[in-house]
Amino acid sequence: MHMDEVAAQPPPGTSGDTWRPVMPGLLTMRRLVLVSCLTPPALLAAVLPLLLGAPAWSLLALVPLTAGVWGWWALGRNWRSWCYQERDDDLLIRRGVLWQQLTVVPYGRMQLVEVTSGPLERRFGLARLQLHTAAAATDASVPGLAPAEAERLRDRLTELGEARSAGL
Amino acid sequence: MSGEPALGAAAVPGGIPEREIPAGQGRRLHPLTPWRRAWAPLAGLFAVMVQNVEELRRWTSSVALGWLLLSLALFLACAGLYGFLSWRVTRFLVTDTELRIRTGLLFRRSAHLRLDRIQSIDVSRPLLARLLGVAKLRMEVVGSRSADELAFLGENEARDLRAELLARAAGIAPEAAPNAGEAPALALHEVDPKTLAWSLVLRGRTWAFLVPGAALIPVVWLTTNNLVAALLVLLPLIAANWRASVGSYLTLYGWTVSESPDGLRLDHGLLQRDHATVPPGRVQCVRLVEPLLWRPRGWVRVELDVAGTRSGNREGLLLPVASRAEAAALLGRVLPDVDIAAALAAIRPAPERARWAMPVWRTGYGHAATPTLFVARRGRLRRVHELVPHAKVQSVRLTQGPRARLLRLADVHVDHGADGTATARLLDAGYAADEVAAQANRSRLGRRSAAPDRWLTGP
Repeated sequence: MHMDEVAAQPPPGTSGDTWRPVMPGLLTMRRLVLVSCLTPPALLAAVLPLLLGAPAWSLLALVPLTAGVWGWWALGRNWRSWCYQERDDDLLIRRGVLWQQLTVVPYGRMQLVEVTSGPLERRFGLARLQLHTAAAATDASVPGLAPAEAERLRDRLTELGEARSAGL
Repeated sequence: MSGEPALGAAAVPGGIPEREIPAGQGRRLHPLTPWRRAWAPLAGLFAVMVQNVEELRRWTSSVALGWLLLSLALFLACAGLYGFLSWRVTRFLVTDTELRIRTGLLFRRSAHLRLDRIQSIDVSRPLLARLLGVAKLRMEVVGSRSADELAFLGENEARDLRAELLARAAGIAPEAAPNAGEAPALALHEVDPKTLAWSLVLRGRTWAFLVPGAALIPVVWLTTNNLVAALLVLLPLIAANWRASVGSYLTLYGWTVSESPDGLRLDHGLLQRDHATVPPGRVQCVRLVEPLLWRPRGWVRVELDVAGTRSGNREGLLLPVASRAEAAALLGRVLPDVDIAAALAAIRPAPERARWAMPVWRTGYGHAATPTLFVARRGRLRRVHELVPHAKVQSVRLTQGPRARLLRLADVHVDHGADGTATARLLDAGYAADEVAAQANRSRLGRRSAAPDRWLTGP
C-alpha cells in the first residue's frame, strides 16, 4: 500500500516534531455509520429476489457489499491520514490520502476556537475542534479528539492566541 | 432637525451607558432623507398597480374620480408619515471608540461600528444628490457582511464626519478629533481621459456584447425577414454594451489617487462623484491585472482587497489603468517596504513537467516570495499577479491531488483577511513543502513588524 506509506511520512521541513493522531473511536464511529447505512440495502437486495423466486438477482447484493468493503478500507486509510501538531507559533493539521492537505494556522490569527460534539460523537467520547480566522477559506478543524484533549487544546490555543494576537 | 448639538467626545464620558444612544442625543440625517424613504412605499404601490392593470381599470371606472384622488392623497400622506417617522427614529452618535447607528421603525436595528476596525470610508454623491447638496457616507468594518451607510447627510457634514471618524480611528486625541478637519492630501496619480478611453476600447468586456450582437442581427433578419425585429433583439445588447463602455467611462472618469495621513483617497466619476478613503495598513491583497490587448502597451489595472465587503461600485479598484512603472510607484505607497519590480522579477515559472498537468496554460503560472510579499501569477492571456503581504496572511495551506503527486507537484494557498485566497499552483512538491514552512514563519515575523490599527499612535 504505497499511499499509506506516503501519508504516514511527515512532510519535509517539519520533521522532528510530533504529529498527534486522532482517536480510534472516530474510525469505529465512521465504520459503524457506514455499516448501518449499507446493511439494509444489502439485505434487501439479497432477500427480496429469493422471495420473488429469481435468485440470480441476489447477486445485486454484491454492489453494496463491495462498496462496504472498499469504504471500510478507505475510512481506515483516511483516519490514519488525520493528524495535527502544535508548534510554538502555529498549529498544523494534515489530512487526506488521495487529495492531501496541510493547513498551517498561526495562533495569533485565530479569531475563535470552537469545540463541538454531536450526539453520536458524544456516544463515542469524541469532540471536534474548529478554528476560525478572519479568512473564511481557512478550513481548519480536527475531528475525533478526546473531549479532555479538545478542551485542553481550546484553552491552550485561546491563551496563545491572546498572547500572540495581531490586528488584521 | 439636524441642528442638534453635535456631540463630541467631550460630552461623552460619564453620561453615556455602554452600548446605547441615550434619548435626546445623537445626530440625525439630512432633512431631505424622508423623501428617499417615502420613495420605497410609492414604488411598491406602483409595482402593484402595473401588475394589476386590468383590474385597476375596471375598478377606476366604477369609482368616482373624487374618491380616487382622495385615496391617493391619503396614501401619499401615509407614505410621507412613514418617511418622516423612520427619519425621526434614525440617529447616529460618534463616541471615542464607536460609531453607533440606530434605525428602523418597526424592526429596530442598532449598529455599533468599532472605529479602529474601519476598513474604508466612502462618500458618494449621485447626480440628483449632487444637485440637492447631499451625500451618502458608507463605512466598511471587518466582520459586518454589508456596508453600513448614512444616507443622506449634508455635503459639508458628510465631509466633516468622515474627517472626524478617520481622525478618531487614527488615534488623534478625542478632544481634538471633532475639529481635526480634512487632512491635507497629495495627489499621486490621475488617469487621463484619453488613456482611460483607449484602455476601455482594448478591454474584452467592452466588446463582449457587441460581437454576438453583430452576428445575431443577420440571422434574425434573414429568418424573420423583418429589420425591426432584428433591431429589437439588438436593443438589450446595446444596453449591456453601453453599461460596459460608456457607463464605465463615466464612472472611472477623472480617477485620482491621492495620499493623506488618513490613507489613500480615491476620487472619480463624471456625473456621480464618488470618494473613497482606505486607511493605511488595511490592504490585504493587491491584484495586478493585465488583459491581453493591454500588454503590448504595458498597461495594468490595480485592484485592492480590503477586509470587509468589497465596495460594490468600484470592485476594489485602485487604478483603472496605468503603466507598469506608475503602478509600481503607487503600490510602493500602499505597501511600504515593498519593491514591486523586484518581486515580479523574482517569479519562478512552473516547472517544465507541469505541462502534463496543465498543457497550454502552464507558462502562465508562477510564484515568488520576497521578504515582504507572497506573489502568485496566473493566466496566459489575461495575466493576473496576486500580491499578499506576509503580515496579512491568516493561514497557509498545501494541497496535492493524485495527478499532482505523480508529477511531484503541489499547490500552496495563502488565505488573507479580505476573505480571499491567493494560490500558487503547480509548484515543485519539495519546494512547496519548504515554502509552506517558511511562509508560516515569515507571516509571523511580518505581523510583528506590522503597523498598529490606530496608525497615528505609533507601535
